[in-house]
Formats: sequence, C-alpha cells, structure tokens
Amino acid sequence: MTNTKDLEGSQMLEINFGPQHPSTHGVFRMKVFLEGEKICALDPVMGYLHRNHELIAENLPYAATMAYTDRLDYFNSMANNFGYALAVEKLAGFEVPERAAYIRVIMAELARIVNHLMLIGFLLNDLGAFFTPVLYAFREREKIMDLFEEVSGSRMMCNYFRFGGVKRDLTAENLTFIKRIVSKLPAFLEEFEALLTKNEILCMRCQNVGVLPADLAVNAGITGPVLRASGVNYDIRKVDEYGLYDRFHFKIPLGQKGDVYDRYYVRILEIRESLKILEQALSQIPQGEVLNKKTLPFLKMPRNFKPATGEAYGRIESPKGELGYYLVSDGTPQPWRYHVRAPSLINLTVLEEMCLGQKVADAIIILGSIDIVLGETDR
Amino acid sequence: MIFGTGILKGLFVTLKNFVTSYFRKPDNGGIFTVQYPEERDKAIEAFRNFPFLAYDGTPDKVRCVACGICERECPPKCIHIVMEIDPLGKPARRPSVFEIDHGLCMNCGMCEDVCPFDSIYMDHAFEVTAADRGKELVRPKEALLKSNDYFLKIRPGTATLVDQKRRAAEEKKKLSRAATLPPQGPVS
Repeated sequence: MTNTKDLEGSQMLEINFGPQHPSTHGVFRMKVFLEGEKICALDPVMGYLHRNHELIAENLPYAATMAYTDRLDYFNSMANNFGYALAVEKLAGFEVPERAAYIRVIMAELARIVNHLMLIGFLLNDLGAFFTPVLYAFREREKIMDLFEEVSGSRMMCNYFRFGGVKRDLTAENLTFIKRIVSKLPAFLEEFEALLTKNEILCMRCQNVGVLPADLAVNAGITGPVLRASGVNYDIRKVDEYGLYDRFHFKIPLGQKGDVYDRYYVRILEIRESLKILEQALSQIPQGEVLNKKTLPFLKMPRNFKPATGEAYGRIESPKGELGYYLVSDGTPQPWRYHVRAPSLINLTVLEEMCLGQKVADAIIILGSIDIVLGETDR
Repeated sequence: MIFGTGILKGLFVTLKNFVTSYFRKPDNGGIFTVQYPEERDKAIEAFRNFPFLAYDGTPDKVRCVACGICERECPPKCIHIVMEIDPLGKPARRPSVFEIDHGLCMNCGMCEDVCPFDSIYMDHAFEVTAADRGKELVRPKEALLKSNDYFLKIRPGTATLVDQKRRAAEEKKKLSRAATLPPQGPVS
C-alpha cells in the first residue's frame, strides 16, 4: 500500500469509487489518488458485505453450513458446495459413489461456464459496450440456470451437494438437456468471439493494460485464470486431481503477457476446455447411487455427525481461483474452526500494483478482469 | 487486416442476432423473455421457496407433532414452535404456535430434509409479499397450513413417494396392532 502521506502537497485528486458504484461489482470501495488521469495510489476498502460466515458456521452442525456456502460466491454456488463437501469428506473419510462424483464434475464445469460467461459480459459492460454482450451471455447462462433449478430447486442458491454425494439424481431428460447445451455452446462461442476477440476497440483498451508479471502473481498467491493469464501453469484440477479430474483429458490455457486481454481470452479458452470435460463426463457417466448410504443418517440428524478430532483442508479450482475450506474438528457436532480461503480476496491484493500508472478508466476494467465477487471477498 | 474489420464483423453479429431473434425459437437464440404477470414460465417441480405445513384432509389433522427438530436445525433459526397442551395438562403432540419468519428464512430446505414426520415441505408460492416487515412477515400457522392435495398438485413426484411411504407405514402399524391384540374368544 502506498503511504498516502508521501503524496501530500502534490496536485492530487482523491476519488472514492464505491461502495455504491455499479462498476465495482458490489459494495467494494476504492480510494483512488489521481494526478491528472493517472493513478498514483489506490487503496481498496473491503468489508461492506461482511456477514460473519465463518463464525456462523462454527456454531452450526456441519450439514447446515452447506446452505451458507452458496452465499459466498453467489454466481457459482455449485463450486462452493463442492469445496465444502470435499473438506468434510476428507475430515470424516466418506467415500463418494461413482455417479455422484460424475454429477459433481458436470455441475462444477457448468458453473465455471456460467461464471466465465458472466465475467466476460460484465467486463464488456465495464469497457462501455453496454449490455449487448452481457445479454448474449445471459441468454446462454439462462439455460444452465434452468438446469440448476431443475436439479437443485434454486437457480443460484443451489445447496445441491451433500457429504458423500449429491442431493438429487439427474434424470435422463436432464442429461439430454446438458448434452444439448454442450453441443450448442461452441457455436455461440464462435459468434461471441466474432463479436469481441478481434474487435479493435477491445484490443486497444485491453492489450498492455493492467499487466501482472508472473513473478509478482506467484509471490502474491494469485490463483485461477488471473495467474494463468500471466503464463503460470497452475491449475488445482491438474495439481490435486480432486474428484474425478484425473480421468478427463483437458488442457490448461495460458496467457503470455498477463494483461486484461489475456485474462479475457484465457477465460474464453477455459470455457472450451470445460466443454471438453463435460463431453467426456456425459459419455462416461455410469448408473448407480448418488449418495453414500453412510452419510444419510447424518443428513437426517445433523447433530449426530461428530467427526473425530482432526483437521482437513479441501480445495478446488473454483472459476475464480483456489477456493479452500479449512475445518478443525474437536469431536463436537460443530467445527472448532472453519476458514474459507476465498480466491477473490487474495486476487484483489495485486489490484494496486496492476493499476499504478494507468488511467482511471483502466482501473475499472482491471478490477473487472480480476473477477471479484463481494460475497466471497468480505464473507 | 485493415483496421476496423473486427468492428464491422462484430456489428454484423449484432445485426444478425437482432434480425434472427424474431424468427428463431426461444431456446435457439430467439426472444425468450416472458411477460411476467400475464404470462408465466412453467413451474419446475424441484423449485423451493418458503416452507409450508402439510395436513391430511382437514386443517385440524396436522401432520406436525411439534417435535421441534426443524426449529433446532434451521440454520437461520426462523421457525418458532410451541406444543399444544391438552386440558389434562399433557402435551398434545400438535403445535399450538408454528411461525416462520419470512424475513429470516433463506429457502435452504433444511427443515424438509430433517423432518421425520413428512410434515414440512418447500412451497412453490413466491408472491408472498407483506406491507409490514415487523408483523406480517412472521407467518402464523394458519398461513402455513396447506393440504396434501396442494402438495400433490405442486410437487407430484415427491408427494406421491411420500404418500406411498406413509400408507405403507400405516398398514404396517395396523398389522402389528392386530398381532399384539389378545385373542377375542373362540373363532367360529
């Protein structure tokens, strides 16, 4: 953080972005210090959406926290559920039936597609391409949201995963519906790219803006597409191979420069890789149980679930980066300590470094390209 | 490439989308908006909103026995139950007060998951506003009670399964009661 006292006496203008500003994607506040239009210091202020997530979870049985994890990153609650379910399964040693594991991968990848489509749409909104790209993206997203509602009961607050499986089985109609989405999305992506990727205005606004060098990204603990856009090959789906990701063939798209354009393009490529995973998962998915029978009594009576003393850290590659859940059990129905490693919060730490020396308008697209969601940042 | 080709290509995409949206089907790039109060989307069976209490036949035959499991397990603690006491001073296994604070409820479906008496289920009704957030948002038992027929109508799949399960349990109970009854004299 730049010491603002050093800047006193210069011809500086202090501007408050947010917390009620549409381009900050929620209730995020940036104190921006300007010289002319150049940013010479930027001070992010967080915490306006703090809802005590961790302490609430420490006072609830393990099963009840699943509904609260939806509210972290409210654009892809499926991914949040996945991470929490993994952490509890690691803590208690539950197995996941084969079919449930496939359903989990399918849901997580669909959530990634939804998230990246939304992000690209809103990034274009930030650039000034008001609402045409975002509505094209929403048109495709809506189909996936319909599927989520059909299987879980809610469009966004899915609460679909359970320890040892998922809540409800996918029907044959659901699977054909997903197959149709997967077969139609590439054509949409072609069209979306024809609209955006080679567009000169987009290129001029995004290329060489907000460059994040690879060494800084690694040192700051950045994960997810932001890190991969800087050219670092690190994807938890490959590193950890949680769930069933070791069975699928997919590539990790990497950027070269680490500018806003790379972060945009890495996400387009990631959607394509997700579609590849979905195709494989849909062709391989077996029949069978979707919930481990051992966990059913614990879901009926959550207070009977007392994992042995110990700790567990479950992490997934959420669309925004490494999403980790740390649980410490002391043998009681409630976790003794529960912590969420939210990717949005940690990816925000390099915001100032990326914005220094850039114009004000660029700060907004840099923030948009990090892909933050305040539910997760402030928790 | 000549400068500006990308923009022209992009503009062509928007023009194509604008024109074809009038001719294509809603799930294939056509206009998919629904004119809400007049038109409605087809209800999805799994959809869950604020819970309701199911009863069989008449509203006095409440399935709920006021055990308080949902009250205890509700993550935001939005349920309040008081057991009815009969004139003899014994618990009547029926709720006298059953309130759900819609201002707190987050539609997670936990109450439905934990209820051992097939009593509380998630509803489809979403047009449940209140003018006063202090009093009217706390829904009393009368507002929450809904018949099993309603349940069968909104969620046929789940409700049929529940009905089958309840009927099987009742028959088993009847059989076991008949078996434990003492023999009533010689059978002619």
